[in-house]
Amino acid sequence: MSHLSPTPSVDPVADRTMVLNMGPQHPSTHGVLRLLLEIDGENVVRIMPDIGYLHTGIEKTGEAKFYQQAVVLTDRIDYLCPLTNNLCYVLAVEKLLGLDIPPRAQWVRVLLNELTRIASHLVWLGTHALDLGAMSVFLYCFREREDILRLFEAVSGQRMMTSYFRIGGLSMDVPLGFFSRVKHFIDRFPQRVDEYEDLLTGNAIWRKRTQGVACISAEDALALGATGPTLRASGVDWDLRRDMPYSSYEKFQFDVPVGTGGDVYTRYLLRVQELRESAKIVQQALAGMPEGRVKADAPKVVLPDREKMKTQMEALIYHFKIVTEGFRVPPGEVYQAIESPRGEMGYYVVSDGGPKPYRMHVRGASFANLQALPKLCEGRLIADVVAAIGSIDIVLGDVDR
Amino acid sequence: MPWPEAVTNLEELKARPALKTLLAKIPQAVNAARLDRDELTIEVGRSWLREACAVLRDDPEARFNFMSDLTCVDLYPAEPRFEVIYHLLSIPNKQRVRLKVRLAGDDASVDSITSVWPAANFFEREVFDLFGVRFAGHPYLRRLLLPEDWQGHPLRKDYPVEGYR
Repeated sequence: MSHLSPTPSVDPVADRTMVLNMGPQHPSTHGVLRLLLEIDGENVVRIMPDIGYLHTGIEKTGEAKFYQQAVVLTDRIDYLCPLTNNLCYVLAVEKLLGLDIPPRAQWVRVLLNELTRIASHLVWLGTHALDLGAMSVFLYCFREREDILRLFEAVSGQRMMTSYFRIGGLSMDVPLGFFSRVKHFIDRFPQRVDEYEDLLTGNAIWRKRTQGVACISAEDALALGATGPTLRASGVDWDLRRDMPYSSYEKFQFDVPVGTGGDVYTRYLLRVQELRESAKIVQQALAGMPEGRVKADAPKVVLPDREKMKTQMEALIYHFKIVTEGFRVPPGEVYQAIESPRGEMGYYVVSDGGPKPYRMHVRGASFANLQALPKLCEGRLIADVVAAIGSIDIVLGDVDR
Repeated sequence: MPWPEAVTNLEELKARPALKTLLAKIPQAVNAARLDRDELTIEVGRSWLREACAVLRDDPEARFNFMSDLTCVDLYPAEPRFEVIYHLLSIPNKQRVRLKVRLAGDDASVDSITSVWPAANFFEREVFDLFGVRFAGHPYLRRLLLPEDWQGHPLRKDYPVEGYR
């Protein structure tokens, strides 16, 4: 299999092909991806991704932090969907602990995750279109993304590195008037999606650049570990939110768009459709938001309320113990996977019974999806490489960790 | 709600899909099994790993057609030191299983499964890079994330968090 032998085979005597270096500073590699392209004229013969420029050793750092402290690290992995990372990690630790999360916390998590999905897809759509020469879409997408980031700031105090979820629930309940702000945004959002579609879906240039480009079959996508819209565009009907629900996703009605072509255009259509489906989920979450606590009833794990900490001896002791020593997690191992905007994001957390994760491994969806890139591009033009990279929606923080 | 006690008795677990397939086709490959927190872990002998993966993928009942994740845990200073972990997913059956291979510290090598799932390519290179575990038969076993001339394997437990100064 050619995509398994990534060394460019340059034969200096034959001199038929040349190696072109693309990145790591190339704007359309969406970060610091470096590609070695072996080209024959304009045609790509082989392609070899070279990654690691953004490797920050987050897994190693995580082993040196208390369980709660590691939440902050997870924001920085896939930095376009920090809340999705937070959720996946806290779900894994909560599974290790065997905690029950109150319904309100679960629903707020779903709501924020779908907003994150929208924000992430908007960055993808804007930059993908920008790469292919449609500049104005970027401005429209970032207009709406800005609204979502303001919502994140309202709940967590941070626009991007939110760290809003806690092991056992949320850091605090959402602020007053938050749901009406979300409602105001999400009621208008479907018309915004219509605007993006007006610019692209029927656009003859857009179609020429994307239709029939960088195709991948369902078998290849599965074998290469692709997930998310990249897999669904090839016709595999698989979405963890529906098929292996977590955080009460089973209570929401939504469609999972599935395509058949497996080309760039299909992946574009699916993600745009997912924007609309996410908006539907947010509407349902707003309509059925349960009342009640947002933290689990587990005094040894969850920090007590500020008021109690100041008035009750026991709460003060728990507070002191959790902050200074962390909390102990029963020994065991857990793999928790959730559907991130890019596909299956998985956290494998091993506990040895101590207050720090013995091992925290992250399965990045982009990391696996990137392996499909050579299959998508080989035999096609260099210009299509740009379209292919955009269409698998990689985030280099997620690839390199 | 707290989890029930982990089940390690093979007799109780033998009806579980992945284990049933392995016990039927290659019983000698299974060293142990454990059901903990609703997740099934099967410990497989090192020489049987690649075949176990192929069996689980091709069996018409089990149909573990997707490799989600591959990683490693360093148990230093205990021996056998390394546990290589494979998370397989059956999309048709909506099931997961975890395969585990134990490797001694002075002979940390296991067969590559890139011939079963090409997806394992990057994952195995990552484990090689960060743990120093070798994968026999891998088409391109070079460092993936760290520079080529990096000394040591950072995710090993005897590697300091701040690195060597």
